[in-house]
Amino acid sequence: MENYWNKEIECMSREDMKKLQDERLVAQVKHVWDNVPYYRKKMEEKGVTPDDIKSTDDLYKLPFLSKADLRDAYPYGLLAKPLSECVRIQSTSGTTGRRVVAFYTQHDIDLWEDCCARAITAAGGTKDDVCQVCYGYGLFTGGPGLNGGSHKVGCLTLPMSSGNTERQIQFMMDLKSTILCCTPSYAAYIGEALKEMGYKPEDNCLKAGIFGAEPWTEEMRREIEKSLGIKAYDIYGLTETSGPGVAFECSEQTGMHINEDNFIAEIIDPDTGEVLPEGSKGELVFTSITKEAFPLLRYRTRDICVLSRKKCSCGRTLIKMAKPMGRSDDMLIIRGVNVFPSQIETVLIAQGYPPNYQIEIDRVKNTDTFDIYVEMTDEMLSDTVKDIQTKEAELVGAIKTILGINPKVHLVSPKTIARSEGKAVRVIDKRKLV
Amino acid sequence: MNIRQLSVFIENKTGKLSAVLGLLGENKIDIRAMNIADTRDFGILRLIVNDTDKAAEVLKAGGYASTSSNVIALDVDDTPGGLAGALSVLDGNGISVEYMYASLSSAGSSAHIIIRVDDNEKASAALSAKGYKLLSDEDIRNI
Repeated sequence: MENYWNKEIECMSREDMKKLQDERLVAQVKHVWDNVPYYRKKMEEKGVTPDDIKSTDDLYKLPFLSKADLRDAYPYGLLAKPLSECVRIQSTSGTTGRRVVAFYTQHDIDLWEDCCARAITAAGGTKDDVCQVCYGYGLFTGGPGLNGGSHKVGCLTLPMSSGNTERQIQFMMDLKSTILCCTPSYAAYIGEALKEMGYKPEDNCLKAGIFGAEPWTEEMRREIEKSLGIKAYDIYGLTETSGPGVAFECSEQTGMHINEDNFIAEIIDPDTGEVLPEGSKGELVFTSITKEAFPLLRYRTRDICVLSRKKCSCGRTLIKMAKPMGRSDDMLIIRGVNVFPSQIETVLIAQGYPPNYQIEIDRVKNTDTFDIYVEMTDEMLSDTVKDIQTKEAELVGAIKTILGINPKVHLVSPKTIARSEGKAVRVIDKRKLV
Repeated sequence: MNIRQLSVFIENKTGKLSAVLGLLGENKIDIRAMNIADTRDFGILRLIVNDTDKAAEVLKAGGYASTSSNVIALDVDDTPGGLAGALSVLDGNGISVEYMYASLSSAGSSAHIIIRVDDNEKASAALSAKGYKLLSDEDIRNI
């Protein structure tokens, strides 16, 4: 028996949903045109006015927004409501120059939490559940989003935030958590820790997990399901559009339903920007049609995936997106954190190292490893090990400050990092995720 | 009096040390004293050679990271307690030793000790005042 948080919306006929999207899009374009000079200018440059947008069929006429626009317009350039109407900001995993700050009115928070409530309900959550949220709380959207959704559903919410695994397990056991929300790699880690402590999968009360914020595979899903004795559900979102809950998985576990009443999804050719027909692989683009404070139109996510309207056994009619199968830019997601190689380069240069480095990522026992190889120079060399290790520790600390995750730094001899066509290969991602 | 020491960065992998020593040998660099400080990932090869400038050029051309720094080379009697006496002079003057290494002289009656301290000038003065013989770059070349 499938549970819905908002059956009317989640199972709405395609005709009714399109009508709803048409109305909301037309109003949203006008709202943005009137309140966001940055986007209005982009529309004017393309020769488009709100009058040209009569329905979702006209969506393709609107200009795209990209991460570069968010950077250019930082911090208030895409704000569509007075700050006095806003009640919250959230931000992406702290990045110099690429930071995204998203604003929310109370209405926006309500819609976002509603999306998360749908995800929790689809995972079988009800007011009788104990929902343990171990996504980070704070600027990161994971914790606040699922926390809000859990409150809406009426679960007893355990706002654990991330880390301190021993305490997570103690609360999980003592308070009989039934739903676990975290990154898939952390779920796998908890599973291992439980095993090491001598617990069997049936010893905990968990029945479901809602895992997202980083790429993971079907194999990893099976492993987590086995080690925790649960059903593991995927969830998708990004700070730019609100946070987790843009799309969520149902009992069929074959892709995530997009909350189409709030977000219109398109798949485009990342090179030409041309909209591709349903079922094509391309870059995912979202248009927020209900957000007030930070309403991004045609935002390019850089995630490569496929959309499908194939009938779902759960009864939902919301379009489904497959797990993203890669990125159209150089962004990496390591342990749930967005990492651009250029950020690491900036730190290296600031610390006096040459920009000759290589990032190597792998997944060992379901946890991402993050190694940075840096070429030694005459200038950075010292005759004492202590000096070199002090500088190395400072480098690790500076990267941790920027990214929030600890790399393992390896100093290597000059000119030993592989170069192809004269250009160094910056990233070696050994994770097998697709 | 100071002498110049070269420090070379070497990855902690099989064959790396032999490669750098081979390169120096091919270029007729004579090693007077050497020492390696090692860590899990890398080592620092410290060298006292007959021609420091040439060795630095050879290493640079060979793609090695290297740096030169000043250390003290001390001649001590090759007898029990010979080095202990010199170190007590440093200790008495509040000078701390970062690291040191030794090589026997060909004459056999004395030993050369390479010492890296926190204050070269103060250490040189203190040791000279107590009658210890410090070697110069010139002395090293002529060994």
